[in-house]
Amino acid sequence: MSRGLARSEEELTGEEVTVLRESLAPRWRDVFLQHLHHTKGGLYKRPFTESFEQAPLYVAVLTYMGFGVVTLFGYFRDFLRAWGFEKCNLAQEREEQKDFVPLYQDFENFYTRNLYMRVRDNWNRPICSLPGPQFDLMERVSDDYNWTFRHTGKVIDGVINMGSYNYLGFAENDPTFLTSVEESNEKYGSGVCSTRQEMGNLDIHEELEKLVATFLGVESAMTFGMGFATNAMNIPALVGKGCLILSDELNHTSLVLGARLSGSTIRVFKHNNMQSLEKLLRDAVVHGQPRSHRPWKKILIIVEGIYSMEGSIVRLPEIIALKKKYKAYLYLDEAHSIGAVGPTGRGVVEFFELDPRDIDVLMGTFTKSFGSSGGYIAGKKELVDFLRLHSHSAVYATSMSPPVAEQILRSMKCIMGLDGTTIGIQRVRRLAENTRYFRQRLNEMGFIIYGHEESPVVPLLLFMPGKVGAFAREMLKRKIGVVVVGFPATPITEARARFCVSAAHTTPMLDKVLNALDELGDHLVLKYSRHTRSSRPELYDETSFEMDD
Amino acid sequence: MTLAPADAGQQQDGVRATVGVSGDGASLLRAQANRELKEGIKLKTPKFFKKLTASMNEIEEIIEEWQPEPLVPRMSKEKPAPSYNIVSGPPCHKITVNGKQCINFASFNFLGLLDNDRVKNQALQSLRKYGVGTCGPRGFYGTFDVHLELEDRLAKFMRTEEAIIYSYGFATIASAIPAYSKRGDIVFVDEAACFSIQKGLQASRSHIKYFRHNDMEDLERILKQQELEDQKNPRKARVTRRFIVVEGLYMNTGAICPLPELVKLKYKYKVRIFLEESLSFGVLGQHGRGVTEHFGVNIDDIDLISANMENSLASVGGFCCGRSFVIDHQRLSGQGYCFSASLPPMLASAAIEALNIMEEDQDIFRLLRDKCKLIHKELQGISGLKVVGESISPAFHLQLEQSSGSRESDVRILNRIVEYCMDRKIALTQAHYLEKEEKFLPPPSIRVVVTVEQTEEELEMAANLIKEAAQNILQ
Repeated sequence: MSRGLARSEEELTGEEVTVLRESLAPRWRDVFLQHLHHTKGGLYKRPFTESFEQAPLYVAVLTYMGFGVVTLFGYFRDFLRAWGFEKCNLAQEREEQKDFVPLYQDFENFYTRNLYMRVRDNWNRPICSLPGPQFDLMERVSDDYNWTFRHTGKVIDGVINMGSYNYLGFAENDPTFLTSVEESNEKYGSGVCSTRQEMGNLDIHEELEKLVATFLGVESAMTFGMGFATNAMNIPALVGKGCLILSDELNHTSLVLGARLSGSTIRVFKHNNMQSLEKLLRDAVVHGQPRSHRPWKKILIIVEGIYSMEGSIVRLPEIIALKKKYKAYLYLDEAHSIGAVGPTGRGVVEFFELDPRDIDVLMGTFTKSFGSSGGYIAGKKELVDFLRLHSHSAVYATSMSPPVAEQILRSMKCIMGLDGTTIGIQRVRRLAENTRYFRQRLNEMGFIIYGHEESPVVPLLLFMPGKVGAFAREMLKRKIGVVVVGFPATPITEARARFCVSAAHTTPMLDKVLNALDELGDHLVLKYSRHTRSSRPELYDETSFEMDD
Repeated sequence: MTLAPADAGQQQDGVRATVGVSGDGASLLRAQANRELKEGIKLKTPKFFKKLTASMNEIEEIIEEWQPEPLVPRMSKEKPAPSYNIVSGPPCHKITVNGKQCINFASFNFLGLLDNDRVKNQALQSLRKYGVGTCGPRGFYGTFDVHLELEDRLAKFMRTEEAIIYSYGFATIASAIPAYSKRGDIVFVDEAACFSIQKGLQASRSHIKYFRHNDMEDLERILKQQELEDQKNPRKARVTRRFIVVEGLYMNTGAICPLPELVKLKYKYKVRIFLEESLSFGVLGQHGRGVTEHFGVNIDDIDLISANMENSLASVGGFCCGRSFVIDHQRLSGQGYCFSASLPPMLASAAIEALNIMEEDQDIFRLLRDKCKLIHKELQGISGLKVVGESISPAFHLQLEQSSGSRESDVRILNRIVEYCMDRKIALTQAHYLEKEEKFLPPPSIRVVVTVEQTEEELEMAANLIKEAAQNILQ
């Protein structure tokens, strides 16, 4: 690939990279991405390798055809239901309220009735054990094509769990680990019955906040009872009318809701695309507010550490450089990345070897890597003091339950090594190894995987709606629980299965999953990747051996 | 930066470039530069380069000069903000606040289930089986059998078809309202609605019409107004959904909503009712089923009942119950349900056990109401303070009869009363609000909470202490 590039790779600007990439044939585009280790003038200490390979064109065509067929059948079935040829299994409005304005538009529910219903058995699967690396599913069958379910009473046990967010394996019920949680349950009970500002601020909350601040390396932190609500209630406290929010295309619903509730203007930039973000920043600073051209009061960039549907990691060094240049503020949501990346589990900030004081608002949740629930916001002392007074959650919502707080305390101490063992750091390393192994094997088999090579969230592309249902059911038959996602959570042609690698997975478990995937990949024709990759690293730079280059 | 402006720029190159360095001029030049770069043509004209660099310099200057506001406003100008009370140990009947042992008149632990041994035991069993967290939302292996059991039990207790659980009390009604009411729909809501309802309404982007607190005539007036407007545009009226959102027992005023009249209005004007029962669940009614049982209204007449489990059930989370037709919709479109991790199983088990206790011992509701009436009577007639709230409401307010002029000084006076009582072993709290965010800010007040664990002596002692404090401080 060195042919055609007159200068060394480091001197290429972002624009030129885009230009070159677009001028290449599709076949070579992602090869280019993978080989181009541009470090952007030393911003990245290590190569940043992400890939989002596109499938061949016939796949998109077949996907659309699949949706078309289902839609036609949907109309046909609606017609039959309207004319009474087919029994309607949906719940109906009350007789006394039939003349009220209908609660749901018919069209809104078209997708739910006709497409979602057919494959509904792949979601909301009830489990009856710990959500660890293996769990027990309650068997559930449907006698009327998924309209209603009935539990047979049997339990499918020993199902390998590739769906739960259990990155460091802290979802455990081993009594030796849970002694402090049991004690706090005995001492405090489960509830709190009051808000933080009134009578709900317990000493355990204060202890937890100090520990979170130490863990992240910032001045202070504040915790909340629910991760979703942390975003939805604190973004409105920080920005309001007259401010600008620049939010990534694929941000989580809680961030979008928080941004909307704040009343600021929201502009969206393309996913992880720094040129798009820079353009928006320049426009904002130079032109100001839309009609009056007054300068913006504040500009807040909202990004996530790891995006859970794509598996991509945010380009943090570039965003921090941009933020410093344009004097914007950065809100980083580390829901999936805290504990899961970085050599000691401190998140994307450590992954890129950056200073946590550069980020204005560090937010994260305790649900994923700490096996608990709740969220936190951390940063400078002034920020957290302000939020203690003005956050909606501190004034109106109940504080975190004490045993839940104790679980976070003990798992965080374990990761930091404060409990005197090395269990925490071993788990962090184990997760990194499992991730690399899993991704590497999947790439070799020929599946299309999205995302950064070190992200423990692994989306495997299925594309077609029919395969979504078939894949999940076949994997369950082989006693592997997977999560599949389709439209509207993903773009319409990119339905996928999403694996969450955990430190608690052993290599035999991962091998079992990989063998099943290999088999299913051939059976369902899922191996769309057009690159042949060998398991041996390339020992040469040349990609062609023609004499006249 | 589309191609069209760049083309225009090319034709009138000389004129446009001299217009100066507004942002548009620079961006046009830049667009042209981009196009030419894409076509791979080398830029050779020095004049072109000069204009480009001149406008780029101006832009760089604007960027250098711009100063945003600080992310959070500096607080050093005002007095240092009061810090939180620190509670060491469980916030149950006898509570240790800031090192002082007090009797708790501030936590919403109405039925005293916070440190009940059976509840704690059940939570322990669940902890040993499931661990603490669920590691996933309901759709992705976050549905446990305890969740299904809790939903089932709540539906049976409230005598509705179905119930749905949320993992956070605030998020319950705030996710339920936007799931049904969208842009263009109309919601009639009481002025004293609590903050979570206000956030739910804001997220729904519907038209909101407020009626005076508990004033059915005002509500009827605006309903009639809406009816007249509908007649002007019947096509739009046929697809506009209408809702009334009320609370069973209002958090901000301690009043009970007149449910039978609301049901009559519902059928007359064809509006659906959403009832928020956070305070009245487990308090009103013979069996604790809330305001529908209190008034004897058929529960099917209410479209959606929402409550949080953080008051009477002494757990964490919330639930909605109603007919399957209504509730099932939230399983796909309730944001706090679909996009958030589910309730930890030990808290769900604690709630189930609390529900068991509520079903077994039906006397506690009457006991609680008697205690409320007792203290309500005792607190009447204090000069300077008035009691705001129904006599059977376990959470009522004490407001200043005459305001001292500004809200700040009112808050300070009430704070002194609270501290006076705290020093003498009664833990009280002021009702806290976000002053800038509330639509109809209630006046400052002290919130007194009655629980079933407080004895009559303690209630009398508290009442006497408040009278004493009022005399000493307000006179």
